[in-house]
Amino acid sequence: MADMRVDLAGVKLKNPVTTASGTFGFGREYNSFFDISRLGGISVKGLTLLPRNGNPSPRIAETPMGMLNSVGLQNPGVDAFIAHELPWLKSRKAVIIANISGNTPEEYGEMCEKLSAAGVDMIEVNISCPNVKAGGLAYGTQPGLAAEVTAVAKAHSTVPVMVKLSPNVTDVTQIARAVEDAGADAISLINTLRGMVIDVKTRRPILKMNTGGLSGPAVLPVAVRMVWEVHNTVKIPILGMGGISSGSDAAQMMLAGAAAVAVGAATFADPLAPIRILEELENICDAQGVSAAQLTGALMPW
Amino acid sequence: MILLQTETCCKILYKDSLNPHAVRLELSVGDMVERSFLAPGQFVHIKCGHSRLLRRPISVCTCQSEPEGGDLLTVVFEIRGEGTAWLSRREAGDKLDVLGMLGNGFRMTPKGRYLLVGGGIGVPPLLGCAQYADGNCDAVLGFRDSSHALLLNQFSQHCAALAITTEDGSLGERGFVTGPMEALLTGNHYDAILCCGPKPMLKAAAALAHKYAVPCQVSLEERMACGVGACLGCAVQMSDGSMKHVCKDGPIFDAGEVDWNG
Repeated sequence: MADMRVDLAGVKLKNPVTTASGTFGFGREYNSFFDISRLGGISVKGLTLLPRNGNPSPRIAETPMGMLNSVGLQNPGVDAFIAHELPWLKSRKAVIIANISGNTPEEYGEMCEKLSAAGVDMIEVNISCPNVKAGGLAYGTQPGLAAEVTAVAKAHSTVPVMVKLSPNVTDVTQIARAVEDAGADAISLINTLRGMVIDVKTRRPILKMNTGGLSGPAVLPVAVRMVWEVHNTVKIPILGMGGISSGSDAAQMMLAGAAAVAVGAATFADPLAPIRILEELENICDAQGVSAAQLTGALMPW
Repeated sequence: MILLQTETCCKILYKDSLNPHAVRLELSVGDMVERSFLAPGQFVHIKCGHSRLLRRPISVCTCQSEPEGGDLLTVVFEIRGEGTAWLSRREAGDKLDVLGMLGNGFRMTPKGRYLLVGGGIGVPPLLGCAQYADGNCDAVLGFRDSSHALLLNQFSQHCAALAITTEDGSLGERGFVTGPMEALLTGNHYDAILCCGPKPMLKAAAALAHKYAVPCQVSLEERMACGVGACLGCAVQMSDGSMKHVCKDGPIFDAGEVDWNG
């Protein structure tokens, strides 16, 4: 059996398969299907300093081999997460990645302090949500702002800080370099791509917010390309995500440079997808006689 | 503990058309009913081929637990898009990947007396309620026209009184369900009104329930992804300003907690 253990900025994962924030709640729902501690890690639903109701429905629109969402960071707030969800997640012995979004750099700092003290394993700084007006994507599209948020998060965290990048930029490597220089311990990408679906009969967008974020198998090649570009630019490890729905997809992402991967929309189609993808990735490693870690960046580009 | 699973090999035992628009499938679902039945009004989440990412949530019409993993479940649906079009092309003997049963279902008690109010393709899930109440219920079923009517014989078997309305008067009383509803509410006692149908009908039924001070439960619909409460896609606005989710908190809600203007 291949050695599946990987290291993500000092955080030891038993295998490279994690779940993408916003697709796995706080883990309780899918723990009804499988033991979530089998996964390398759980990135929980995006948190904000105060509770958020999210956007009006419809929030979901299907697309060719994908979907749009405009949930808008609905969450109970960081304090409620620490009080009601974190103890259960810890009892499951899962590696916990807390995903956070703020309206100001100070909010990111405050959440980092609270979550570090509460004992999460890692913090994922979301500067790339396309579905909220303040903060969110604004920080993820301007290198200076991205660096500022990263520096504040680092200054207030005692656990590794990973910055989640948006694909909705002209040059993702600029942002990647900016957050690395500002002290980020890792980078995750890609968040969703902005998209729109229109109902021709009503001439209305399906989503009440008009636009939303595209995810699912359709985005995989975009994600692989961006992970590869970022891997060629920075030295810090990458958590690769975007459209992974098989072990082969996960292996592509790792060959392109990801140290670990996150499964997202695939779980909606098949609740056991993260486990199936892990098993398929294990089979690939076995067949090639390599450890999971040896896949990272082993691409041989033309 | 593993509580939920997908049944990836649910065989279609029987397929028929209930009218020119509605298809009924009877499925063999393993031990799904035994494992996850809570109450009439739950739904199943069906994978509609490999070229579409998301499953389609479809309300359960009837279901029964059988020995040795031979549980039976029927769904009735209309073609609304590519997913349901694909589903309508399946035939007896084909196999489906079904996740369920999901959601909460209507709250009913064995001695309760119920008024069932259904509209269009919202009618089938109420058949499970009619079977449960078996005679201790009345029903008002509304359709666009006679070509959309379905399951009338089955409802008449299980309901003391059955009123039909159509918008064009081609069957039963011309108009909406609210007319017969009000007549029945005037002369009868009900422990609850159970409703499933288009949102304007639910809103009107909820208003009548409030007027006659009868508890009312409604089955809500929303575009859905995961079906289990993880993605927070299928949000509905509550009257207290909070958001609830059709898949996990519903699909059945108390009419009074829903923000009907949201």
